Amino acid sequence: MSLPDGERRGATYVSPDAAHENGRGAMTERARFRSYYGRPILKEPVWTWEIPWYFFTGGLTGASSALAAGARIAGNEAVARRATLTALVMTAVNPALLIADLGRPERFLNMLRLFKVTSPMSVGTWILSAHGGAATLAGSSELTGRAPRAGLAAELAGGALGCALATYTALLVSDTAVPAWHQARHELPFVFAGGAMASAGAAAAALSPVSEAGPARRLTVAGAALELGAAQVMEHRLGELGEPYHEGQVEKLNQAAKGLTAAGSLLLATAGRRSRLAALAGGVATLAGAACERWAIFRAGFQSARDPKYTVVPQRLRLDERRRAMADGATQS
Amino acid sequence: MSAGPEVTVIETPGGAAKRRGGGAPVPSTYGEDAKPRVGFFTDTSICIGCKACEVACKEWNHVPATSSELTGHSYDNSGDLGADTWRHVAFVEQRLAVGGVAEGAPDSFVAEAHRQEVVERSGIVPERDGEGLRWLMSSDVCKHCTHAACLEVCPTGALFRTEYGTVVVQEDVCNGCGYCVPACPFGVLDRREGDGRVWKCTLCYDRLGDDLEPACAKACPTNSIQFGDHGELRARAQERVERLRADGMAEARLYGEDPGDGVGGAGAFFLLLDEPEVYGLPPDPVDTTRDLGGMWKAAGLAAGAIAAGVLAAFAGGSR
Repeated sequence: MSLPDGERRGATYVSPDAAHENGRGAMTERARFRSYYGRPILKEPVWTWEIPWYFFTGGLTGASSALAAGARIAGNEAVARRATLTALVMTAVNPALLIADLGRPERFLNMLRLFKVTSPMSVGTWILSAHGGAATLAGSSELTGRAPRAGLAAELAGGALGCALATYTALLVSDTAVPAWHQARHELPFVFAGGAMASAGAAAAALSPVSEAGPARRLTVAGAALELGAAQVMEHRLGELGEPYHEGQVEKLNQAAKGLTAAGSLLLATAGRRSRLAALAGGVATLAGAACERWAIFRAGFQSARDPKYTVVPQRLRLDERRRAMADGATQS
Repeated sequence: MSAGPEVTVIETPGGAAKRRGGGAPVPSTYGEDAKPRVGFFTDTSICIGCKACEVACKEWNHVPATSSELTGHSYDNSGDLGADTWRHVAFVEQRLAVGGVAEGAPDSFVAEAHRQEVVERSGIVPERDGEGLRWLMSSDVCKHCTHAACLEVCPTGALFRTEYGTVVVQEDVCNGCGYCVPACPFGVLDRREGDGRVWKCTLCYDRLGDDLEPACAKACPTNSIQFGDHGELRARAQERVERLRADGMAEARLYGEDPGDGVGGAGAFFLLLDEPEVYGLPPDPVDTTRDLGGMWKAAGLAAGAIAAGVLAAFAGGSR
């Protein structure tokens, strides 16, 4: 990424960050861009702590439903039962977090006035509602032993809906003007999917007897690999726009996410095969890693919205590129 | 009235899929009740920074008072657009003289005032080359985009397209989910503290019904804010920018007027005398919902990866 010429006079503004953060990143160092007193152009999201936790619990719930459905089909009742009950418990937490974050929680039902494909939040609320119904039915049937057929049908439906529930949240953040989210739109769903798989596998592996938990452990390892791999690709593709993922507290969260996910899944895959205690420790670490990952992504979005450089520089480059192409076209014709 | 096809671009929330091919207008959902599209042309070259628009807007729309602390950013103490600021006048002080760069000119009007004070006290007049200071003022407002991201992502339908082609929040429907806040590429919308809902410029929807122009345009003493038929305003803006350029202001440009831009052109567009980012405007705003197809595809693939991962996990038995 090269930057527009810095020789302009007038309101040329060097981000105050650039002054004391020199050496952090090439974009920061070279960033001589113009802005209005360094003020942000975008508004930071108004979402609070409930939302990153919702991303985490949504992933855990959704992938647990999918795991439960798979276990039921495979006849692994021990894992099926635990994954079903995990989904049941988390299904109560999910909407609570989402509703608590609304400016007017009592108007939550206004979300269900429409089904709007241009709004990931609208589609997501319907997915959440449908999945919540299915998971509640499947979980109640599991607990009471009643209506096993309806329970099975609900479990299978919940499994399919759960896959959507775990990934739509990535779309929710990437369909915004926030640079660190929108520019990561191709990779974020896979980071979320990997984190969800790892979370559901880890929870089931920690709760099930080790002799039955093989599939849950394998799901954890596959999920952790997908989460870490997709995050790596995302940061590589973002290039200098990925700086918000490596600043201050976000960098710490990011490192914690990677370390906990890798260590937790490794522990599950090794000692977790024999020791229930190791499985519990590995499961908790993996879950913590997935939570840190969501928090890192959430916070990085705020940082990229706050600093006008992430808004102005890529747009200015895009615009200059387009103008150059147009000028070239004009001279050729 | 030069009512081109762009005048009646009025969209339904579901219109996103239909209209991506070359920005062709979609049929209005209002049928016979549809009105010609209206908008603002804000000609910043004649803005005098009086802030009458900010005040008139607040008074007419009962917008709560905002903090009165001093920002130190020239005469701008409202900062930016938000839930309680629907018109915002930006003040940019530049050392770039009209007609060339002036060396030795003060950095700002504050510095200039300080110099004057020194002159008065000491009687010594420092040498200066030319006047060298230029003051840009611009009254910013919601752009009422042709492709409005806020409206598209709103899950409750609180944000809607009016029969005039403008974008308005229905405060009795908004549940404060906040999705429109980061979706807006201009950072216009925000949630009101203690209220929980999102508020923004309505282009005085209540006045339009009575054939009154919006309060800000009515109050503007220099006609920097011009209200009217969208097509007519675009023609007027084009004339004005050509005239200024012919008069030697090569830096004059229109912003938000081009239907080919990332938001399909704005209902409220501007004549600026410098790059948009200097006024706090994004140089190349985009309605990110235009990438939604690819995003749904990626999310679908990722959901498929979970299903595949679960099935593969059980392929090896229970151990």
